[in-house]
Amino acid sequence: MSSIGLFHYLMVATLMFSIGFVGVLIRKNTLVIYMCLELMLVASTIALVAFSRFNGTMDGNVFVFFILTVAAAEVAVGLAIIVALFRRRQTVQVEELNALKN
Amino acid sequence: MSDIIFHVFAFLTIGSSVAVVINHNAVNSALAFLVGLFGVAGLFVLLDSFLLAVLMILVYAGAVVALFLFIIMLLDMKGGERKAFSKPTAIAGLIGAALLAVCSTSLAKGFNLLPPADAASVIPVGATLRNYADQLFTVYLLPVQVVGFLLLIAMLGVIVLSKKFEGLEDVK
Repeated sequence: MSSIGLFHYLMVATLMFSIGFVGVLIRKNTLVIYMCLELMLVASTIALVAFSRFNGTMDGNVFVFFILTVAAAEVAVGLAIIVALFRRRQTVQVEELNALKN
Repeated sequence: MSDIIFHVFAFLTIGSSVAVVINHNAVNSALAFLVGLFGVAGLFVLLDSFLLAVLMILVYAGAVVALFLFIIMLLDMKGGERKAFSKPTAIAGLIGAALLAVCSTSLAKGFNLLPPADAASVIPVGATLRNYADQLFTVYLLPVQVVGFLLLIAMLGVIVLSKKFEGLEDVK
């Protein structure tokens, strides 16, 4: 009899999401910010799979399936944008990308 | 036994997430992210979603992290000097920490209001491939086609984005 329940999985997901959120706020490198966004996405999939498992339904699992697909497409487009940005500005540090500021 | 395995994978996941955030070098961050994905895949196996665990490794660890590493090495960034946080960033960080505290305490306190079903009493529907096929080709048929179209659009978008346009160089 295992004592690990839904609560523990949700706790892991919450912690991972918050760590990703803090990373998005405090990091200056666009690529690392993007990686932290992916962390938040993965954290939400943990919660979905856990809910699905403990309710005996398929919907959460299928949702994660779609999230994986969308994440793959999103990473491809996002990294292409970052590369295009680097080609033009020669930097990916967010504090130097302030052309729209003033 | 499975409790110990859960704790190992949870620790792996959380620890490597922290490593992604605090590592100064982007390559180290990407490799920590890779380790964290293996932890998440382990959690999925413990949740009886074997297909999703394999997909996690294939799609994320295989494609996404490889793409990240490729781009990091392509751009060849310098370390970048550390700068102090600006005031809005510090305030936003504090708000984030407060949100985390509220979130986890409410989760810990209010959770027993509606106790979940025991894992042993619920049939693990995510364990069999047949259930995925049943859902994907009946209820979720339209989303599957939309997602396929989305992948096509993403591919075209990436091609357009990484193409060099001759006439547009003066539009800086």
